[in-house]
This record gives sequence, structure tokens and C-alpha cells, in this order.
Amino acid sequence: MPWDRNQMAARAAEELEDGMYVNLGIGIPTLVANYVGDKEITLQSENGMLGMGPFPLEGEEDPDLINAGKQTITELRRTAYFDSATSFAMIRGGKIACAILGAMEVAENGDLANWMIPGKLVKGMGGAMDLVAGVGRVVVVMDHANKHGQSKLLRECTLPLTGTGVVDRIITNLGVLDVVEGGLRIVELADGVTEDELRSLTEATLVA
Amino acid sequence: MQKIYDDAASALDGLLFDGMFIAAGGFGLCGIPELALQAIKDAGTKDLTFASNNAGVDDFGIGILLQTRQVRKMISSYVGENAEFMRQYLSGELELEFNPQGTLAERMRAGGAGIPGFYTKTGVGTVVAEGKELKEFDGEPYVLERGMVADLSIVKAWKADRTGNAVFRKTARNFNVPAATCGRVCVLEVEEIVETGSLDPDAIHLPGIYVHRIVQGAHEKRIEQRTTRPRPDAA
Repeated sequence: MPWDRNQMAARAAEELEDGMYVNLGIGIPTLVANYVGDKEITLQSENGMLGMGPFPLEGEEDPDLINAGKQTITELRRTAYFDSATSFAMIRGGKIACAILGAMEVAENGDLANWMIPGKLVKGMGGAMDLVAGVGRVVVVMDHANKHGQSKLLRECTLPLTGTGVVDRIITNLGVLDVVEGGLRIVELADGVTEDELRSLTEATLVA
Repeated sequence: MQKIYDDAASALDGLLFDGMFIAAGGFGLCGIPELALQAIKDAGTKDLTFASNNAGVDDFGIGILLQTRQVRKMISSYVGENAEFMRQYLSGELELEFNPQGTLAERMRAGGAGIPGFYTKTGVGTVVAEGKELKEFDGEPYVLERGMVADLSIVKAWKADRTGNAVFRKTARNFNVPAATCGRVCVLEVEEIVETGSLDPDAIHLPGIYVHRIVQGAHEKRIEQRTTRPRPDAA
């Protein structure tokens, strides 16, 4: 059985180590926070916060306290607030250990496309280009294939890029792959998924 | 020097002109200069260029100026919440320049700090870097981005004293600080003007030197995505 959203998020949480400062993207990456267990992970929200807490209790929403997805959230005892220029200084400056992001396409050389479909989806890159350029390690969490059954792990991206050669690891519903010299290397298969199944849905070059 | 004005219209009096460039604070609908945006709508100033991370929603934030066709160009990182924006952009009525969020913040910060350009790794190898100078430092390519200086900054803080020293609340600080610094003139709106001397000088987020005019007023502070978790059982 391929992993579902929550299993992918749980697997992505294993990438995080105690003490890390981490930025989580919108969608499945947001769910990763539910699976960090006892590890002390400090979540950065690029709109200007370190130490992001859970959603507020009903009735305690604060319009001055939101995450980068514009959702109401809460603070923790160790929370710090800052302005957007400072926020991206720490991102660009390599102070954030890891970013976990969604993607539309990843190429075998680590190129990432996750912000635009020309003529269709024109919303903007937000902070994604800064994050992939600056953070220590970029982990992508996404479905292995699109809804038409076409691989999202490609030889070359077809969509406008977010960054070139920036992805370190890809966690899909079928398994875990690393970007290495010459292509992608299979690190792990989802429970019950065979290597043949993963290969058949992977356009990118797979190397041993 | 008297910086305090009775309302946003008088605070903006003499500062607005057609075709001007305005830098606005806020992230989503959080910490946006609601009063100034409404006053600009009422003034009817046209052909505006806005540097603002987002474009509001259809009926709030910069969205109210899109409805009235007062905006010619947006410089933003993300505009996905605004259907009217998308319609005007896709039909060619509105010009759009996407800047990566950190590049936009740094362009404002740099412009306000007397730095006309800076090199960043953000956007190298993407459409963002097309037509811009690339330069290698220590074997890595970087792209030249320009600092920006706006005709006017409109920003929103929580409290300010009568000299313009301002403090923000939680994540409502966001783009307000860099936007405030990059305007030739900065109009600050606050929820409360407090007596000078009552704010801790060690905890000022925006020193009053950046603030030229101040207005106090009630803010709607609309929530864009209300997300909550269930209350644990009282038992």
C-alpha cells in the first residue's frame, strides 16, 4: 500500500533532529509538525516567527498571530517575533537547518518546480525561492505521480523553476529517494510497494 | 514637530498623486494599513504601483483599490487569495512583477538603508533572474537585485508614541518595518497613540525617525483563515 498523506508526513518527520530550526511548507508538510514526538523542533514561519505553536482553541483566535499560510496559530514560551527582512535574513543566511516543501515537479539533478503553471496557476512563489536557496537541507514531500498517472520525478522539469539543484531528498507516497550524482537513488520503499512499481512511475534516471 | 493627524485622509493630504509608487506593510490581511488604503480609495488616486507582499482579498486590503481600478501594477510575492486580481491580471489590465518574498523584503530594507542593490542566491536559474546581472562569489552565482525607494510608505503598528516610536504585535510586524523605511514619506497608522516616554526605549521595533505622520483609529483586523483545534473535554 502506498503511504497516505499522514504516513508521508510521519516519514518526513524522521528527517528532523532534536534542536533543529525548521520551516514547513503548506499542505502535507504542515502535517509533519504532528509527528515530531519528543524532539524539540523550533518551527519558523517566514512571516516573522520562530517557535510556532498549534492552532488556537476556538474563540482564542488572534488576527495578529498567523502562519505563512495565513492560518491562525498560537505562540510558545520560546517564541520570538521579527520583521520580514530579518526573517529572510535567517533563511538566506543558512540558519534554518531544513525546509520541508511540497512540489509539482522534481528533476533528477535536484531542480524544483513548485510555484507556477503558466496560463493556469499564477499565484506567486511566496518565500519558496528564498527557502530553497538558503536553508541547509531541502526535503520535498509530494505524490510520486500526478492525477493523470504521470511521473512528477522527471529528467528535466517542464514548469518554471523555483530553484536549480536544490532538492536533497524526496518523500513520495511510494518511498524515499535522494538526489545523488547522476540521478535519484532509492533509499526506502513504502510498505508493500515494490521497486518495480516505483520504477514504473519514475521518469528520472534511477542510479544504484 | 507635530506628527499626529486626525484621520487618514488628513495624514495623506498633499502626498498622493496619480502614477505614484507606494510601499505597503502587511502579510495577507495581518498588519495591513487599513485606514490609509480606505483613504486612498476615497481620494481616487489612480495608476498606482504597489509594493506589497500580497494583494489583499476581493473586498479588503489592496483588493478595495483593485475593485476601483486604481492600481496599475503590483510588486508582490503571492497574490493567490484575490480572484479579482487574477481576473485583471489574466485579462492584461494589471501589471504584475513577482518578487521572491525575501527579495521583496530586502529590496525595501536596502532602499531604506541607502543600499541601491545587493546580490542574492534567491532566484538564480529561474525566471526571476532573467535580464539581471549575475556575479560569482566564491564559486557560486548570485543575482543583482535593486533596493527600492517608494514615494510613500503606508504601514500599521500596534502602538506608537507621539514621536513615532512604534511597537508591533506578534506576526503583524512582518513587512511593516522594511516598508516603513523605504518610503520618502511614511504614514503610520496605529491602534493607540501613547504618551511619549511610556514605551520601553529598549523595545522599540520602529524608531520614530522613519515615521513622518501618525494616525490613530479602529481597525477591523479581519482573519483570512480561521483555524482552531477542539477544546479538550472539560471533564
